[in-house]
Amino acid sequence: MVGVTAYGTYVPLFRLDKKVIGGKGEKAICNFDEDSITMAVEAINNCLKGKDREMVDSLYFGTTTSLYKEHLGATTIAMASDLKENVYAAEFGSSLRAGTAAFKAGIDAVKAGSAKNVLVSAADCRLGPPGSALERNFGDGAAALLIGDTDVAVTMEGTYSVYNEIIDVWRSDADRFVHTWEDRFAIEQGYLPSMHQAVAGLMEKFHYKPSDFAKVVFYSPDGRRSTQLARGLGFDIKAQLQNPLIDIMGNTGAASALMLLVATLEEAKVDDLILLASYGNGADAFACRVTENIDKIRGQGLGLNGNLASKRVMTDYLKYLRWRGILPIEKTPGPVAAYSAVAAKREYDRNISLHGSRCNACGYIQYPPQRVCTHCYAKDQMEPYSFVGKKGKIFTYTLDYITPRAEVPTVTVEVDFEGGGRIQCYMTEVDVDRVEVGLPVEMTFRRYTLWEEIALREGVYLYFWEAKPLRA
Amino acid sequence: MEGIKDKVAIVGMGCTKFGELWDKSIEDLTVDSCYEAFEDAGIDPKDIQAAWYASRESGFTGAHLARALKTNYLPITRVENFCCGGQDVLRNACLGVASGVYDLVLACGVEKTKDHHGGFGLFIQEPLDRGMTEWDIPPASQFGQYATRYFYHYRDYYKWDFEGFKRVLAIIDVKNHDNGLLTPKAHLHRKITIEDVLTARIISWPFTLYDACGMSDGGAAAIVTTPEIAKTLRKDYILVKAQALATGAAQSTMHPEFDFVHIPENVAAAKAAYQEAEITNPREEISIAELHDCFSSTELITIEDLEFSPRGKAPEDVMAGRFLLKGEQPINTDGGLKCFGHPLSASGLRMTYEIYKQLQGKVDNPERQVKNPRLGLIHNVGGNVGIHVSAVTIFGLPE
Repeated sequence: MVGVTAYGTYVPLFRLDKKVIGGKGEKAICNFDEDSITMAVEAINNCLKGKDREMVDSLYFGTTTSLYKEHLGATTIAMASDLKENVYAAEFGSSLRAGTAAFKAGIDAVKAGSAKNVLVSAADCRLGPPGSALERNFGDGAAALLIGDTDVAVTMEGTYSVYNEIIDVWRSDADRFVHTWEDRFAIEQGYLPSMHQAVAGLMEKFHYKPSDFAKVVFYSPDGRRSTQLARGLGFDIKAQLQNPLIDIMGNTGAASALMLLVATLEEAKVDDLILLASYGNGADAFACRVTENIDKIRGQGLGLNGNLASKRVMTDYLKYLRWRGILPIEKTPGPVAAYSAVAAKREYDRNISLHGSRCNACGYIQYPPQRVCTHCYAKDQMEPYSFVGKKGKIFTYTLDYITPRAEVPTVTVEVDFEGGGRIQCYMTEVDVDRVEVGLPVEMTFRRYTLWEEIALREGVYLYFWEAKPLRA
Repeated sequence: MEGIKDKVAIVGMGCTKFGELWDKSIEDLTVDSCYEAFEDAGIDPKDIQAAWYASRESGFTGAHLARALKTNYLPITRVENFCCGGQDVLRNACLGVASGVYDLVLACGVEKTKDHHGGFGLFIQEPLDRGMTEWDIPPASQFGQYATRYFYHYRDYYKWDFEGFKRVLAIIDVKNHDNGLLTPKAHLHRKITIEDVLTARIISWPFTLYDACGMSDGGAAAIVTTPEIAKTLRKDYILVKAQALATGAAQSTMHPEFDFVHIPENVAAAKAAYQEAEITNPREEISIAELHDCFSSTELITIEDLEFSPRGKAPEDVMAGRFLLKGEQPINTDGGLKCFGHPLSASGLRMTYEIYKQLQGKVDNPERQVKNPRLGLIHNVGGNVGIHVSAVTIFGLPE
């Protein structure tokens, strides 16, 4: 029996009130220091909470917003997620089906016996042109699913896919913003027929009728097309169809179908049959059965509903444009250091994996990792120590109003961790009125925007961990 | 370990005006400060046998000094040690004389911070020894973390709300502005009030604009020789009584038990300096001091680190006026970094210049001459939390 053994999801803290761009509702937006890579890491940490990360032997990442044309985002994710070195890290892209493509590949790999546990993650942070309907439509988010063959909570009963060559929604190599053809063409020649074909094909092939499904999860390009699709296929909209959450989250692209599956799983009952289908130049359909293990994997972190409930609504559109790099922010004065790929690689363990070290001679935990113990001076007695998932408290801090960063004030902190260790770092998502000595915090993987100029000049993105208040 | 006590003398000093010296070059500041020192010592520049040159970011080798002064193939070493560069260049010059290798040497520190966009680089060009994404936190945030913690640590003792603590810092700011006003060569000449400090815009909470020192251009120089030669040059030479330097190994940011209400590098440097100068009661024995007041709270904390006040009692002494120009133990009589300005590698020598003049009784403005000072101390602290470099030097007149 092969299927989902753990799940997690991540919606950024911030929502853009769509009123400011001429729409209704809200959409989830990445903070200035977040992107698809960092969101995937958050979803994975949520999914793998309390699990031994050594068991993961493959990581499949699906996104249309990987940062490089050449360089794998999946490896950054694998390293930040503290996966072992011989993990097979691969990326699925170029389609909104990238998320379900990764999901299907994960299922197939475990079924075929080429992997025991495949970690599947999907994340997207798409840009519509400012002022466009696409901009109002898109939201940011991530999902993560662990696929295995023991203690399976959601088994795979069948899959069915179709392809459809069509230029309906696209982004070329040179484009920053997504384009779309006329909506009616895109829906009537793309979304509806392909999804219908895949779902009908699945039902015919595996002899299901619409009433067999407890829940139907459809990727939907907007708030109502999934309803139209479900009705056409004979489903009961009220009882069966999972809300695509467009009004509160936005269309999260390649992450959408898997995020909605997680939303369904949060409420699913044992033996429920779930239909999952996603679209992008064709469609993938899946029939999944919930097992008695579902209760065992619930309650990992906030979950999708908790993530959606925990939010900060933003109404400053100019700020949003700066966050997305569409409007420039003030440049850092003075010379900016040159980037060294060599030095960066040497320090990935501390900067990407957030490893400190623990001295085997005296037990002292320290960050960054040391060769000579700062406490007992023993040489080369260190073992790696991860701070990911450790709770900490602010020991002292400052609010810097003059450092040019997308978020002012810039908050720097000393964090003391449960179990030992202290880190000096930046803080993100701070509520300035509530920051104080003793505030509980956790670490979050973020893009290092202080060096954004290096990214622009050399095309290299740097990542680091920052402290953030516990999200509730 | 013998130490440096009474082994070297300073026989001449020079210091440029500090400020936004838009029309002065590094060469100008070098020539102006060094020639004032040569003239003060009454020596010919050709008598110099070796030189040390301090610069954080205004010149990378000793060649800048050679080109400016036209030294004739002399050995020149450039010293860089963040905010301690000026003091460390003097230390190296003193070691050159104390070792017996040289008789007469020059120490010079120059910085043109204002030639850089935004003053001294908020983001400093890093050597290629790290991947850069590890923290790189600007100075105001680094020192602000001490201020925040000091407030939390002592708030019950002092029954402070935050404004109460800010008032103590403001007294320090006002004092340094008052002293700077009396100093012709100082960068900032402006009288301010406590209310000015409290209502100024926040630059890095808990600091407002007036809690931070000025970034300036400037240069300063010293001529170092043996006490024997010094006697032949002038009566009022000054003697180096102690020199100490301490560099942190990042303990503060790695040890959760570290309290952030003192700077251990300061404590280590002070302890070594007091031992060398045979000082047992700094509060009584040090007549006058120039402390590194890059931010107001740095001066406050350093007062305790250097044992001018017992732990936690500096605010009481500050409020009682102990460190005012006319107080029992004047601190930063020339306005300090706050108002004299802070061209990084020049600062240590600028402080030396002030102590040298004070001990000689020859301060540029008699209004701020301290009466009969016996021992004077200078202190710098630079770098980041945990990996600070601190330096303390003590000077005295010959018996």
